[in-house]
Amino acid sequence: MNAIPRTRFMALGAALAVLLAAGAASAQTVKVAVPTFLTGGGAPTYGTASKNGVELVVRAINEGSLPAPYNSVGLAGRKIDLVVYDESGGGTKQVTELRNKVQKEGVDVVVGYVSSGSCAAIARVVEELRVLTLLTVCGTPRIFEELVKEPKYLFRIINHSTAGNVGAAHYVVKKLRNEAKDGYMGINQNYAWGQDAWRDFNLGVQTLAPELKPANKQQFPKLFSGQYGTEISVLLRAKQKVVHSSFWGGDIEALIAQGKARGLFKRKTFVFTVGEITAHRIGKKFPPGQLARGPYGLYAEGIDTPLNKWFRSEYRKAYKQPPSSPAYHYADGIVAAKYAYDTAMKANGGKFPSTDQVIKALEHATYDILAAKVKMSLGKGHQAVTSDRWGYAEWDDAKGEIVVKDVVEFKAECVNPPEGVNAADWVKGGMKGAKCD
Amino acid sequence: MTWRQDKTLWGLTIGLAALLLLNFVVPDWFRSILTLSLARGSVALGLLVLWRCGLISFGHALYFGVGAYTVGLMSRYLGITDAFLTIACGVVTAGLLAYGLGFLLRQYRGIFFALLNMAFSMILYGVLAKLEELGSTDGISLETTTYLWYAPLGAENKTALFVFAVILTWGVAVLVHLYLRSTLGNMTTAVRENEIRLGYLGYSGERAVHAKFVVSGLLGGFGGAIAALTIGHVDPDSMVYWPVSGDFVFIAILSGTGNVTAPFIGALIYELIRTYAFDKFPEIWQLIMGGTLLAIIMFLPNGLWSLVDRWRGRKAAVATLRTGKEEA
Repeated sequence: MNAIPRTRFMALGAALAVLLAAGAASAQTVKVAVPTFLTGGGAPTYGTASKNGVELVVRAINEGSLPAPYNSVGLAGRKIDLVVYDESGGGTKQVTELRNKVQKEGVDVVVGYVSSGSCAAIARVVEELRVLTLLTVCGTPRIFEELVKEPKYLFRIINHSTAGNVGAAHYVVKKLRNEAKDGYMGINQNYAWGQDAWRDFNLGVQTLAPELKPANKQQFPKLFSGQYGTEISVLLRAKQKVVHSSFWGGDIEALIAQGKARGLFKRKTFVFTVGEITAHRIGKKFPPGQLARGPYGLYAEGIDTPLNKWFRSEYRKAYKQPPSSPAYHYADGIVAAKYAYDTAMKANGGKFPSTDQVIKALEHATYDILAAKVKMSLGKGHQAVTSDRWGYAEWDDAKGEIVVKDVVEFKAECVNPPEGVNAADWVKGGMKGAKCD
Repeated sequence: MTWRQDKTLWGLTIGLAALLLLNFVVPDWFRSILTLSLARGSVALGLLVLWRCGLISFGHALYFGVGAYTVGLMSRYLGITDAFLTIACGVVTAGLLAYGLGFLLRQYRGIFFALLNMAFSMILYGVLAKLEELGSTDGISLETTTYLWYAPLGAENKTALFVFAVILTWGVAVLVHLYLRSTLGNMTTAVRENEIRLGYLGYSGERAVHAKFVVSGLLGGFGGAIAALTIGHVDPDSMVYWPVSGDFVFIAILSGTGNVTAPFIGALIYELIRTYAFDKFPEIWQLIMGGTLLAIIMFLPNGLWSLVDRWRGRKAAVATLRTGKEEA
């Protein structure tokens, strides 16, 4: 009678051993792990697009069909072995999962992360695990200013959120001065992202045009609250015409649906700092307003680099829609890895480079991403700066999609603090050292 | 029953030795999963204590979070990184909070008790997510942990933490076991079975519940503090948000209430299922977790520990057959 359970336990043990042993990486590929939201609220906006973007570029790199200067096969000649995994569940889960990916599955490079919370949680673990990590979205400037002051393995290949909100301030002062003559106000989610966004935007406007006044009280509804009846009433009653909002995900869609029904967007001009992604999703329903964030998504239309033309046409072919900004961010992450590996190989006499050599190639580098040039000039050569583009978004009936008009581009040095200056201190101190002409 | 005859004490001690030996053979990622299992297992142990009184809490992430954030805030504002001191403070803070809230919560039973707990945990979540001083949703990163005068770096630190957590958890589990064996501890079952009769026997049911609640709060704080040190970062979404409380209830259901060892085994199995579900089915891993929970409820309603009981029962039956007489 005892024999049966014993064999069962042995079988279980054997199965466990097989599972534990699985996942040893082959030496002739570069294993790239890509965390993004595959489940939960972030999946429809960020997850799908970023996964599509990454898969498209990885396929092209493995075939060697990406346009110059990235037209060779693989990363430094080795093909990419791609693992896309889920970013949902908070910092604890992400730290555990990163350990699994690196220590269990032998991942060489991590490219990804959408949420600032994930990035803050994994930042120090990346340095401990010594795994090259390129952050693709997460906004918070605290990564290199506070959490990892001496980075080696951690990079971010996109502007931090301060640049986007300072860009918004520049655009308002330059293009919406007349609308903003009665002042401006903000509606932002009550958490780190929303609080930082409003602070940077408000101080930016105050530095550039102190005669434009913010409303006395700003709206900070709870994150993911989904009901904005009271806030919309307050906005409608206020005399200020320009409204800054860093809403995203389900919240921005709820605000648009509820605001539209009450004529909010006819009476106010909204500055949606990350509205681009939503504009993609809801298309015609998007109220004409201002959108943001750098040379990506809608704002990359009409940028004529070979890489960008290739990406837009291939993406449309593969997924039957234009690429949104998360698709760009994640694809740019892979492109950055490609640049770093190939450059390091050249410096290494044509031999496959070590991680240290790859890191050296990327630090302080200037290189092409899909639709722009990136300079790794902040955070001791680990934090990228790019230009920022702003414009007026509108539904185009003839084309059947959203288009952006009246685009203004702000130089990277105009919307980013100089190296060594904390982003919050920089906007508080009147953005000294910004070069805008 | 004397100390020597207590199988659970032996089991726990053998477990302690086994884990300390495992330290030398397991890969790093598995060690971190083991440490996390100890942390979550401790909170589930707290739920077990409550569950024996017939109470379940949907808000134990509150104590977990308070334990974790105490460690995080001490590191951020006071620069204190000593494991002994931070864990002690985390446990005491969570215990004090449980003591205070206990005065209200001990009056409630059933779903009211469960949901009131959840309400309190969501208040803490709201406060943490809104206040920049407390790290908001980005959370707080911890400085490297030290152990009195010993300040190891990198992988050595994780090993030290593992050994530290294993020994402490062993101590905690033994204490809880002894408590449950005591008269006061045995009152748990009495509260569950017939609280009115307990009253007629001269004991206060509410006081008994209050005591259990403080014990479970202390355990929650302990788990949170260990988790914070393991992860090196605290944030409201993975420490205090309501699904975190759900995870603990999941582990408690998975383990069963049979024995103080059960929650730790349950927590480890939970972590392993999640790790592999996450790995192999990145888009539907939640479905697999939910399916597992359903299967446990349907086929093993008393949790994994009921397998051990069943196995013991069978052994006893075989012994009866062989000797031909009943054992008392």
